[in-house]
Amino acid sequence: MDDDIKIGVYVCHCGHNIADVIDVEDVAQRARKSGNVSVSRDYVYMCSSKGQNLIKQDIMQLGINRVVVAACSPRLYEQTFQNVLRESGLNPYLLQIANVREQCAWVHEAGLQATEKANRLVHGAIRRVSHHSPVEEQSVPVFPATLVIGGGIAGIQAALEIANSRHVVYLVEREPSIGGHMAQFDKTFPTLDCSACILTPKMNEVSRNPYIRLMTYSEVTDVSGYVGNFAVKVKRKARYIDEDKCVGCGICQEKCPWSTASEFDAGLGMRKAVYTPFPQAIPNIPVIDRERCVYFLKGKCRACEKVCEAQAINFEQEDMYIDLQVGSIIVATGFDVFDPTPIVQYGYGRLPNVFTSLEFERLCSPSGPTGGQLKLVSGRTPESVAIIHCVGSRDKNYNAYCSRVCCMHSLKYSHLFKEKTGGEVYQLYIDMRCAGKAYEEFYERVQGEHVHFIRGKLASIAAGVTDAEEDNLILTCEDTLLGNLINISVDMVVLCVALEPRHDTEQLSHILRLGRSHDGFFLERHPKLDPVATMSEGIFVVGCCQGPKDIPDTVAQASAASARALAMISKGKMEMGAITASVDEVVCSGCKVCNALCPYSAIFFDEISNVSRVNQVLCKGCNVCGAACPSGAISTRNFSTIQILAEIEGVLA
Amino acid sequence: MALITPFQEAAALVREAGGLELDQCYQCGLCTGSCPWNLVREFPVRKLIHQAQLGVIDFEAEYTWLCTTCRSCVQCCPRGVDIIDIMKAMRRVVAETGVSKVPDSLWLAVSNIAGSGNPLGQPAGQRGDWATPPTKKAKTDSGILYFPCCIPAYEPRLKKVAQATARILEAAGVDYKILPEVENCCGESVRKSGHENLFQSLAQKNMQAFSNAGINKIIVNSPHCYDTFKKEYTELGAEFKVIHIVQYLSQLIDEGKLKFSTEVKKKVTYHDSCYLARHNGIYDEPRHVLESIPGIEIVEMPDIKENTLCCGGGGGRIWMDTKKNERFSDLRLQQAKNVNAEVLALSCPYCMLNFEDSLIDFQGAVSMEIKDIVELVCEGIA
Repeated sequence: MDDDIKIGVYVCHCGHNIADVIDVEDVAQRARKSGNVSVSRDYVYMCSSKGQNLIKQDIMQLGINRVVVAACSPRLYEQTFQNVLRESGLNPYLLQIANVREQCAWVHEAGLQATEKANRLVHGAIRRVSHHSPVEEQSVPVFPATLVIGGGIAGIQAALEIANSRHVVYLVEREPSIGGHMAQFDKTFPTLDCSACILTPKMNEVSRNPYIRLMTYSEVTDVSGYVGNFAVKVKRKARYIDEDKCVGCGICQEKCPWSTASEFDAGLGMRKAVYTPFPQAIPNIPVIDRERCVYFLKGKCRACEKVCEAQAINFEQEDMYIDLQVGSIIVATGFDVFDPTPIVQYGYGRLPNVFTSLEFERLCSPSGPTGGQLKLVSGRTPESVAIIHCVGSRDKNYNAYCSRVCCMHSLKYSHLFKEKTGGEVYQLYIDMRCAGKAYEEFYERVQGEHVHFIRGKLASIAAGVTDAEEDNLILTCEDTLLGNLINISVDMVVLCVALEPRHDTEQLSHILRLGRSHDGFFLERHPKLDPVATMSEGIFVVGCCQGPKDIPDTVAQASAASARALAMISKGKMEMGAITASVDEVVCSGCKVCNALCPYSAIFFDEISNVSRVNQVLCKGCNVCGAACPSGAISTRNFSTIQILAEIEGVLA
Repeated sequence: MALITPFQEAAALVREAGGLELDQCYQCGLCTGSCPWNLVREFPVRKLIHQAQLGVIDFEAEYTWLCTTCRSCVQCCPRGVDIIDIMKAMRRVVAETGVSKVPDSLWLAVSNIAGSGNPLGQPAGQRGDWATPPTKKAKTDSGILYFPCCIPAYEPRLKKVAQATARILEAAGVDYKILPEVENCCGESVRKSGHENLFQSLAQKNMQAFSNAGINKIIVNSPHCYDTFKKEYTELGAEFKVIHIVQYLSQLIDEGKLKFSTEVKKKVTYHDSCYLARHNGIYDEPRHVLESIPGIEIVEMPDIKENTLCCGGGGGRIWMDTKKNERFSDLRLQQAKNVNAEVLALSCPYCMLNFEDSLIDFQGAVSMEIKDIVELVCEGIA
């Protein structure tokens, strides 16, 4: 062994976690006997300042130049110990961690065998670290513009945070206006502020802010490049309205003779073929819906063109593609609502006066189809309502997860129904989940309004059968607190439907190379400690596209993600992992096996030299390519064959 | 209020007996709300599960024996709890530990199966008597077995169904055999009523007999035999295929092997049996067969396909007494009457027994023919 190599070995007790199972003193003592090991210690918490200082002192005073830490997973503490080396003047990659907690103490019972395994893991690390050599870290410049996908409250908040620090934001929204679901809501819980009243000022800010480039009726169709320098393609769908000429007078909508169900009113109201989805729309520029416009369908009409004094109608317009360059991307694409039609027992779509929660929001809204008056299909004011929780949520047949917002909006609906009609309200719930600031207090307030709470999942809804019960809906459910089956007769039913991933989440996940969790929502990097970042460096997820959440949590996440994007811009560069793969071009046979396997699309093929090359910024060092390469041409830094063999020899020795 | 103490030993017994998903229940009560018993009497499914979770089970209660295993609750349970497994497990605890008593009528059926291989207690040697004149098919080399189920083999009304089945198979030129000398009850209701050991021994005997006879495909009349052969025997290592007669008829019609020559001018409604429709998703084939019979007009009742209303005969209930006014088949017959059906078409021997009884209950207030689909097909090819 090389005489210049001086290894320090540090065995952590991790309190009782490791020391109760493994004889840590024995591990430290045995390590001392290995060649090139100059010092070996055990300590109660190596990750503490005192523990870190032990390593620092040895590096300074004893000239230690390789470090082995026997502790927990490198996922948790590798960076901490790398910093110790860095601060002591050593290259941080002259470190090897032996994971004796997750891979030994936590999976074995205390005893000699566990200690023996720990000894072998440490021995492997000692042999391996002798072959480590310094690795240089790399960084990439960050282009100081940000793309925000989705113009609901999440996207609006993120865009404003970034634009307010005078950096360019491209805000891309699929619909003709920003606002998202929040614009459809009537009131917000638990404060009962008018949703439009608190959202509209933010929407106006978006339209006024010179740093925001707003692109509505547009979709992201392609993303390439990498953190700091993404190339984005945006499809701007033809509006058939010249945005520069249109003054938003609305005469075209007034005169358009063709109507269809309004998406904004959840299908309960009507809109024209040329339309802005709602009065406060931003931008206040309509679109012509080619699927509904009779000129596009039959070649005749153009009524809007005749009445438009600004001459803004342009039937010749075509879809346009725009290329953008951005340093980071914030994904804020929101959610879809569950369609309860498959639950035939609930009669949605078959029985009149069975509504979804989103439909109920529109019925309550002053800008909605009934002007904010609660009406049955017959026009009569309902005297009673049943609000059904967990429709499509907490149900393995549909979505196993809790949609988080339904308990609270159910309470809001109870209050609104009481306020608007004075009628009876029944809540059919399984568990009341009111965890949030002032949420429990809101629950208590609504209880005080004489709402009937019935603990049980609705079994079925039937139409009233006798003359007296005409128009009525008869609900059957077990009241699990009484232990009785009960029938409730009501005028109206509101199904509080689940929040689901957008129907095209999979498509976007391919464009952005984002992972998804088992429930279909976008996957965050770490559920607790990194909830807005993703495994794709420089791409963040906020709001309901990451999982169901309420407005306060959505806004907080949006602010968090924009802080992360701004931090990158402010620093101007992004440090990249040093552990990446590279191709020995002399050995590479040009077979391209690695090209398709790379999960990060980091390998490209150089047709001229007939070899594969690895993009060092995109590469995450997973070494899938190295393992697959039939010629052995690919190696990953710090995972060289000699290092891996040395570790194996050490473990088996 | 009564003071109770959780008794984990009892809960452990239920889990060991197969009620593994007990702990997943979050007590929403949808099972109670969707259970057909609650149309006619109280059956607190959710409460029984909670009692089992805590081990405060009243094994002596009538509730232990009510579940018809219709799967209505399992189908909609938001936590995916197989409630039938829990009900079966509670019965198994009773049957195996003797903490309480198995109902007399069920006990008699089970003893009969143990003694003579059929629940009716008929001599095993007469199992093939339905086939008059004795079919020669038993002597062929065919790997196809027609397994009529114990009831069509012995019960006078149902014998006609077995005979009609044989007639159709012969008309379609199907080379099949029957094995009355060696076959036994499939053991479906035996297992559902908690008698696991007897079920295992029946299954082994049948599998051996089928294997000795070189059987690779079994045609059955009963959805209960179908489910048991297909799922439970397969789990025990059986390798034969099983097909219900309505599936087979549907195939024969599509292949042009079954030709109809006579109009059956009748308004027919089809009652989906739980074990075909809900347990196995088979509800298009019986309708396809009925549609193919010339002259038949199909009318549908309210609760159909996977949302069918149980006749009340599953889970061993067919052998137990169900009080008047508590029979689901009465409700169903009323539904059939409401859609003005002349014939109630079935595909399950248990359903047949229950509906024939209901017809008697109505004492002439309902005039309707109760027929198995195979009987209608038989009329069509006559």
